[in-house]
Amino acid sequence: MIQSLDNRRREIGLKKRYRAEKRFRFYGLAAISIGLFFLVVLVVNVVSQGYSVFQQTQLSLDVYLDKKIIDPNNELHAKPELLVTANYPLLVRNALAKKLDVDLTDRASLRDLNAFFSQSARVLIRDRVVANPNIIGTTQKFTILASANIDSAFKGQIDLSVPEQNRKVSNRALTWMKKLALEHSLYKSFNTGFFLHGASSRPEVAGIGVALIGSLYMMAIVLLLALPIGVATAIYLEEYAKKTLFADIIEVNINNLAAVPSIIFGLLGLAVFINFFGLPRSASLVGGLVLTLMTLPTIIIATRSSLRAVPPSIRDAALGLGASKTQVVFQHVLPLAAPGVFTGTIIGIAQALGETAPLILIGMVAFVANYPTSPVDPSTTLPAQIYMWANEPERAFVERTWGAIIVLLIFLAILNTAAVYLRRRFERHWS
Amino acid sequence: MSLSGIVLILIIISLLGFWLGKRRAQKIEAAGIKMHSRPYYYGWYVLLVTFIPAIVFLLLWQFGSTLYLEHVASAKIPSVTSKNLPVSHSLVMATIEDLLAHPNLLFSISEVDNYNKLRDIYTQHGFILPLQGADYMVKIAREWALKANWLGWCGAVLNLLIAFLCFGVTLLKIKPKERARNRVEVIIKIGLITASTIAILTTIGIVLSMLFQTISFFKVVPLETFFLGTVWDPRFSAAGSDSAVGQFGLLPLLAGTFYIALVAMIFAVPVGLFAAIYISEYASSRARAIIKPLLEVLAGIPTIVYGFFALITVGPFLRDLSIALAGGQGFIMAQSIFTAGLVMGIMLIPFVSSLSDDIITAVPRSLRDGSYGLGATRSETIKKVVVPAALPGIIGAILLTASRAIGETMIVVLAAGVAANLTINPFDAMTTITIKIVNQLTGDLEFNSPQTLVAFALGMTLFVLTLLMNIIALYIVRKYREQYE
Repeated sequence: MIQSLDNRRREIGLKKRYRAEKRFRFYGLAAISIGLFFLVVLVVNVVSQGYSVFQQTQLSLDVYLDKKIIDPNNELHAKPELLVTANYPLLVRNALAKKLDVDLTDRASLRDLNAFFSQSARVLIRDRVVANPNIIGTTQKFTILASANIDSAFKGQIDLSVPEQNRKVSNRALTWMKKLALEHSLYKSFNTGFFLHGASSRPEVAGIGVALIGSLYMMAIVLLLALPIGVATAIYLEEYAKKTLFADIIEVNINNLAAVPSIIFGLLGLAVFINFFGLPRSASLVGGLVLTLMTLPTIIIATRSSLRAVPPSIRDAALGLGASKTQVVFQHVLPLAAPGVFTGTIIGIAQALGETAPLILIGMVAFVANYPTSPVDPSTTLPAQIYMWANEPERAFVERTWGAIIVLLIFLAILNTAAVYLRRRFERHWS
Repeated sequence: MSLSGIVLILIIISLLGFWLGKRRAQKIEAAGIKMHSRPYYYGWYVLLVTFIPAIVFLLLWQFGSTLYLEHVASAKIPSVTSKNLPVSHSLVMATIEDLLAHPNLLFSISEVDNYNKLRDIYTQHGFILPLQGADYMVKIAREWALKANWLGWCGAVLNLLIAFLCFGVTLLKIKPKERARNRVEVIIKIGLITASTIAILTTIGIVLSMLFQTISFFKVVPLETFFLGTVWDPRFSAAGSDSAVGQFGLLPLLAGTFYIALVAMIFAVPVGLFAAIYISEYASSRARAIIKPLLEVLAGIPTIVYGFFALITVGPFLRDLSIALAGGQGFIMAQSIFTAGLVMGIMLIPFVSSLSDDIITAVPRSLRDGSYGLGATRSETIKKVVVPAALPGIIGAILLTASRAIGETMIVVLAAGVAANLTINPFDAMTTITIKIVNQLTGDLEFNSPQTLVAFALGMTLFVLTLLMNIIALYIVRKYREQYE
């Protein structure tokens, strides 16, 4: 009897079924682990490759402002523009050679010396001399950026096991580097230039300053346009519109626009805003308009769902007290739906902040060195800057790209955290 | 008078109108007469009626006068061009607009119109004018500038006149029986409707902007060579000649687009689906509250970051891996279908999982309980009851994700390569529609060349493709959805 029962159990195959159950559960866990694994790899990769950009190698140097070099023919009074064109890097080279006891007749050493510091030293010294020409002939202390290659070597990013001729930094430069570091003349400090400078072909002075301002302009435009238009559309569809053909068409349109690939919006911007209305290329105004159109569906959908979440009893009560339809919507329903509206807006703006493809088409991928002073000036944005740097092969630009990505991700994290906080803190639950 | 100045004056008048209207209504109420609406409604009424007609007039006037001036100027050009430089009409217009950009310099020399002298002055101030120019352009530009100035003043005066007229009339209309609230509410409703038409206008704008360029592209390149051509080689030199036929072949791009999307979906669908099943069926509510947002972080990361990750990290890693496995050159290229597909797949995981999670959770409890009651294990319930019930929704979600994969740009631009191959080797480089749109539109190409126009034809193709997929997805969801309530 017992025997036969056991037999029947074996026929049902319970063990096999339980094994299948475990396997199935394992697949689910594995899938989640794969997803989280890639998230961790991505974040670790970004941070580990990019954190070093927030420090920059600098060189503190006493530079003798030699009159013979700035003004070799003694004609400064006749030609004041000499102060602008003078060979300032030569002064730095000489100062460096003196400090390191380098023989100035050795050509290879000279080449290494010139490659040791950033050519941005020219502007730095020039500005100080032009501001106060009396310092010519004296010795002044300057803080000069090291060149991009020295910066990489000093941060330990250059593989020293590679033979010297295949390396960007010579052994001679490395010994100098160590010597200067021991004297504390070569040191790392916080990289403010990365946040302030615009585009540059020299990685050590290239920064995200222009991109940050461009992004800021665009976010402001998106906020100013998309929020009122989106909220107005949502209110109309949710509170006023009857089931007419017009309302149906709008609704279908919004759902479709939410799924249109972003690059199509770039084509729209190029054809309509730039070619038809004649707005300037590379201007943050055009970028802001394109991103507004992209963000609208997000804001409309979020606003509609939070309007829908306000219970009808609120509307009925207000109507019962004699409020008009418009008063009900603007004085009762909208304030109650506001947290949801703001959450949706922030999420929409975060999407717009990270968008790249449409901006490439309207010329936001531009080499802009000066700050834009208005939304119609040429400018670029953070993702566009990342795209441009991504096409530069140099090691120092790769570091800067990761750095810009860190900044972008921090902004997005702040925006999304704000959205989550708003939702948790202010959202009401009607029961 | 500048545009911003006029707008500022308008705003001041309108605010003044609000204050005066409100005060007038308050005074009448203070006298003991009952008003139809609350006083601030009268204020709003005056404000809106003052501001809206004036600002609409201002915009129309600006747009109209620019069109008129352009028309007048371009009507003057051809008669002179034939005698002078053989330059094209649009170039002359561009030169005139360059001259107009700095009106103070345009009138800096008082003598007769002299292009070369003006050109020197512009250059001194850092503005470059074209070398080829003629004196008549200066004449047209100066007439334009004078006329524009005159029209601008006319517009400003008329505009303020309208504003004051509306202002005065509405202010006088404030009487106890005037239904200010109803009028304000009508204006608000019109505003709401206007805002919601923007969604329609955007769609119309997308379609029209691409349609016109696409049509002019197909005037140069025949339809069948675009849709059936297998060679993509939009050389600039070949564009005008007969050999251009067959150079704009869509097929390699289409194949690349679908291939990369397929690789991405092969990776993302199982992972996303199983993750969704685990989250909705197995995970405790605490685990769910942690895992779900973490996975959704993957969807919030900008695509440019994924693209750079693929370019710098994943691509070289896979190439080195293949070298270590097979030696020699390695069988995976640094930019390949596989790299782009894999990274895009990572990005798509949360799309699949979030959408399917919602759908699986929507399957009613009673179906599961029935299945458990019959002795099924959890996995059997999921496989035989829950997933079949949720299948239409899941297929809809997969289609929506696929349409996203097809329209994705930044990952493929950085990770998939630019060579238009037709290959079945997933470790080779292939290119996509979106890459080519970006390639054709970056750089200094003349806007009317087929090299530029083809980007719009590609965009149209992409738009139609994604639209079709979205419509099919919606259709499947609606048609096969099980109604439980």
